[in-house]
Amino acid sequence: MKILVTVKRVIDYNVKVRVKADQSDVDLANVKMAMNPFCEIAVEAAVRLKEAGLASEIVAVSVGPSACQEQVRTALALGADRGIQVDTAEQPEPLIVAKLLAAVVAAEKPDLVILGKQAIDGDNNQTGQMLAALLDWPQATFASAIAVEEGRLKVTREIDGGLQTLSLALPAIVTTDLRLNEPRYASLPNIMKAKKKPLEVKSPAELGVALKAHTRLLKVEAPAERQGGIKVASVGELVEKLKREAKVI
Amino acid sequence: MNTLVIAEHDNRSLKGSTLNTLGAAAQLGGEVHLLVAGLDCGGAVAEAAALPGVSKVLVADADAYQHQLAESLSRLVADLGKNYTHILAPAGSAGKNLMPRVAALLDVAQLSDIVGVVSPSTFRRPIYAGNAIATVQSLDPVVVATVRVSAFDPQPAQGGDATIQTLDVVHETGTVRFVGEELAVSDRPDLGSARIVVSGGRGLGSGENFALIESLADKLGAAVGASRAAVDAGFVANDRQVGQTGKIVAPELYVAVGISGAIQHLAGMKDSKVIVAINKDEEAPIFQVADYGLVADLFEAVPELERAL
Repeated sequence: MKILVTVKRVIDYNVKVRVKADQSDVDLANVKMAMNPFCEIAVEAAVRLKEAGLASEIVAVSVGPSACQEQVRTALALGADRGIQVDTAEQPEPLIVAKLLAAVVAAEKPDLVILGKQAIDGDNNQTGQMLAALLDWPQATFASAIAVEEGRLKVTREIDGGLQTLSLALPAIVTTDLRLNEPRYASLPNIMKAKKKPLEVKSPAELGVALKAHTRLLKVEAPAERQGGIKVASVGELVEKLKREAKVI
Repeated sequence: MNTLVIAEHDNRSLKGSTLNTLGAAAQLGGEVHLLVAGLDCGGAVAEAAALPGVSKVLVADADAYQHQLAESLSRLVADLGKNYTHILAPAGSAGKNLMPRVAALLDVAQLSDIVGVVSPSTFRRPIYAGNAIATVQSLDPVVVATVRVSAFDPQPAQGGDATIQTLDVVHETGTVRFVGEELAVSDRPDLGSARIVVSGGRGLGSGENFALIESLADKLGAAVGASRAAVDAGFVANDRQVGQTGKIVAPELYVAVGISGAIQHLAGMKDSKVIVAINKDEEAPIFQVADYGLVADLFEAVPELERAL
């Protein structure tokens, strides 16, 4: 089984986001960037399938400016065999990313594509599902367990109210949820080895995808701040306030 | 202008999230049609026909739609969607699974988790875990969006008389098979739509101690939630999780017990009408958003609160 795994370069999840003064976007100048946490889980899932002898090759793909090669290298250090960067001047919207990935899939012919369920910047939660639609492949989103059984993929999904299990024929799309696994850290020797692994750069033109805009970002604002209230001294005072002042019980 | 809303239902009845999504549809203007796709979904259809905000109910009742898998449902919705300016679904796990697939089939963008309607083509939505709010304009002929349920008031459930149209086209699920489902069974209200939510965090210390939270919730007729820390520590199942990576809730009263108030948790509950925080650490960030904060040992304060109610 050949696996394609996608990685996105996003703001580090520990960094506090600030909106630009002109409200054009969030301010990413001089901000620490990292691999999207859900993509780390996707890479880990791919590597575990390979370690279990179920996958033969892992190709890591990122779409974005050349800086995202850093995240492809991270994926290579974690166990991917080779990398592809689809070079775009800016980060395209999910439909375009899905089209670029569909073109990469057409060339690479993987049996399985694993993506993070969403990126922590746009919080869109779309690319995997869109890629599945474009390829007409089955999808298992929000995966919390993956198993290979008799040539099919058995995936447990986190849904509202519980868990759902699906069986998918390959090729298929899986998107990862938080509890699928705990990603490892890259070791120093593996980081050094990753520098020698092949990383190919492709342009949208080579892949035959036009970068059409489907949405326009008009404004980005800081959310309304919630004002803190008061401290109550006792349980009795709390109950009194909830009954008489807030009138919610 | 006309809108197709995808009903969230369990075949027997509609989920409350459908009413909030109709609230978003009402702000767009124009006719609203509701799609109920499932198997033996007559109960849900009867409820749908009584919705005053809906002029027509489209019914797709077939084996292929029994588990509402995205592979078959997306084709059905994309086929129907060509006749609409807007297609909306609640932003629960079902809508998030389905709608991007619909959008890609229609070659249009999808807007996730909208929290405000600025105009029929322009919407507000949270990004960066709710730390910023984007205003986004769609440039496509059809707007496909998921609706953050807590951001829109529910439409009334009774008083309408919609026409019912049965759809005969069946799209098969193809190469995916439903294996099974484990749904938590509970007599408590649904976390996403409860009037009161009581949530516990890492401060509870163990899964057994969560009984304190459940007991208080039962006294209040509330749903039980949890912070991600409590879920990660294995105290409760993940479907209890309130936060950016879990459920987004906005009840009338939210009681946070032993929860420090990480940004990712606040993103899931800060739109609650009244927030109560009980925590022994007076520096906990949860107090910055709480209307009423009680600095106390939860193991004493929670039973005392339950007795005082």
